[in-house]
Amino acid sequence: MDNLFVYCEVEDGVVADVSLELLTKGRSLANELKCQLEAVIIGSALKEVEKQVIPYGADVVHMIDDPRLAPYTTAPHAAVLIKLFQEEKPQIALMGATPIGRDLGPRVSSALHSGLTADCTSLEIGDHEDKKAGKTYKNLLYQIRPAFGGNIIAWIINPDCRPQMATVREGVMRKQIINANYPSKVNHLEVSKYVSDTDFAVQIIERHLEKRKINIKGATIVVSGGYGVGSKENFKLLYELADLLGAEVGASRAAVDAGYADHERQIGQTGITVRPKLYIACGISGQVQHRAGMEESAQIISINTDPDAPINSLADYVITGDISEIIPKMIKYYKQNTK
Amino acid sequence: MKGLKIIVLAKQVPDTRNVGKDAMKADGTVNRAVLPAIFNPEDLNALEMALRVKDQIPGTTVTILTMGPGRAAEIIREGLYRGADDGILLTDRAFAGSDTLATSYALSQTIKEMGKFDLIVAGRQAIDGDTAQVGPQVAEKLGLNQVTYVEEIIQIEKSKITCRRRLDNGVETVKAPLPLLLTVNSSAPDCRSRNAKLLMKYKHARTVTERQEATEDYLYLYDSRPFLNIQEMTVNQIQSTPEQLGLAGSPTKVKRIENVILQAKDAKRLTAADEGINDLMKELIESHVIG
Repeated sequence: MDNLFVYCEVEDGVVADVSLELLTKGRSLANELKCQLEAVIIGSALKEVEKQVIPYGADVVHMIDDPRLAPYTTAPHAAVLIKLFQEEKPQIALMGATPIGRDLGPRVSSALHSGLTADCTSLEIGDHEDKKAGKTYKNLLYQIRPAFGGNIIAWIINPDCRPQMATVREGVMRKQIINANYPSKVNHLEVSKYVSDTDFAVQIIERHLEKRKINIKGATIVVSGGYGVGSKENFKLLYELADLLGAEVGASRAAVDAGYADHERQIGQTGITVRPKLYIACGISGQVQHRAGMEESAQIISINTDPDAPINSLADYVITGDISEIIPKMIKYYKQNTK
Repeated sequence: MKGLKIIVLAKQVPDTRNVGKDAMKADGTVNRAVLPAIFNPEDLNALEMALRVKDQIPGTTVTILTMGPGRAAEIIREGLYRGADDGILLTDRAFAGSDTLATSYALSQTIKEMGKFDLIVAGRQAIDGDTAQVGPQVAEKLGLNQVTYVEEIIQIEKSKITCRRRLDNGVETVKAPLPLLLTVNSSAPDCRSRNAKLLMKYKHARTVTERQEATEDYLYLYDSRPFLNIQEMTVNQIQSTPEQLGLAGSPTKVKRIENVILQAKDAKRLTAADEGINDLMKELIESHVIG
């Protein structure tokens, strides 16, 4: 009762990074709430997979192992979570804002009539006073996310319904092992008690998953372009600078929507979160959703024709001017000074 | 194969992709009036997917269902111009303040009034919230299977659909029985443009409320041309419990909203002048940030 659950995604016996990140965040929230952290692993051939999550501080690991449970399909995974949550009554349930978490979360929240907040950029514990009803709620989960085109930040709460559910993108939280031999209890669930044959009506015929080709999350320098870059052609300048610096190229959502860059390069709340040593923002105005994905960069250079672009307030260096003039100069002086 | 009955879930949204500086009022609230209202982009991909089924299987009908204020009838007209057969606007103050769960409840209760259907198609997510929740929640409330992130319907036969999903890291081909709910990605084909004949046919299509407000001289048309009547439904036309509607039916509450106020760092300011950029590159190389 009243514990914090994290749904863990598994692909080929490997637990997803986003799940480990959520376990780490879940551990610190559970400490604050003085409750247990419980992981749920649903899949096939899960022998010893629990060993990947226990070091992150899971007090209990619920496992349900059946050949039909991998690859992921909606109905059986939802059936397990719905029944398990009805039995265990968690106060909080977290999952990755991935294609799986975003498919599964709403299904579970609908069945349990519990609130779900998507793509949170921060999770905190706090109280809430409902003055109208004269009620005070202690220790709610604040689900914090940019909203409405990123012009506002909203604190969402679920005062009355449980579990309080939230999804978080990969990279937003940081994973951290707390104890390789953390004392944990493994709870093997019996598949027939949770899933029925009718849950397998949707069949996966074929899958082609590729390892990510671009590793923006791991890059120490990111050269990132926004709508202000102006064209796909101009984006080539960014690639040129990135090649020289050993950097990766990122993009804002506006640049992706405009077709200047591929979706997999999108940085921000609905894209990737990066924390590089240096972030060079080219023609990016800097809406909140974008900033959510890069504001923890150690150093930020903003190149923008608008001296008052919102992103400039985050920047360590603000260069006012046109990227087609400035980037070639950066390339030129980098080469000169590293000879 | 006989035609399918398809429902397309669509939403009118503020165009948050093109938010200008005047989008925020001086008091820090959002100035909705200056944001153009548009057909949610992925709902247009969903409409196209439904229309392609209609092209392929004679006798298929496509009905747009949207919930929103009176002006959301605009997107139903937009859908009619592109090939939808009809549309329903679900509008009532009782739905105000709905979160995704209360929205999916209202939509699913409406769909229950619409009779038998084979397929529901919705955009993956709306650009004003990006939650991607309403599709799966409607499916759950109707007891339907769902396939999300769909890019293409490959085949429909023997009341089973085979479709391709586009995920972050690849594709998946899935076969699922009808009735079914699909949510559609922006990687699916763009929606066809308006058809000139359909534009002429439907340009006077109006809801009951719009007709009452209309001063135009077309009122006589609505009796002789029933296809110009856009069906409007209110809370009275669906089975519902008040506790599940609007604000009361929304488990999530907004505790606080903060306007984004930026505290400027003490940044070094440069121009495109050579000297400044040369110094910057030297500084970054010396501090081992680059190089």
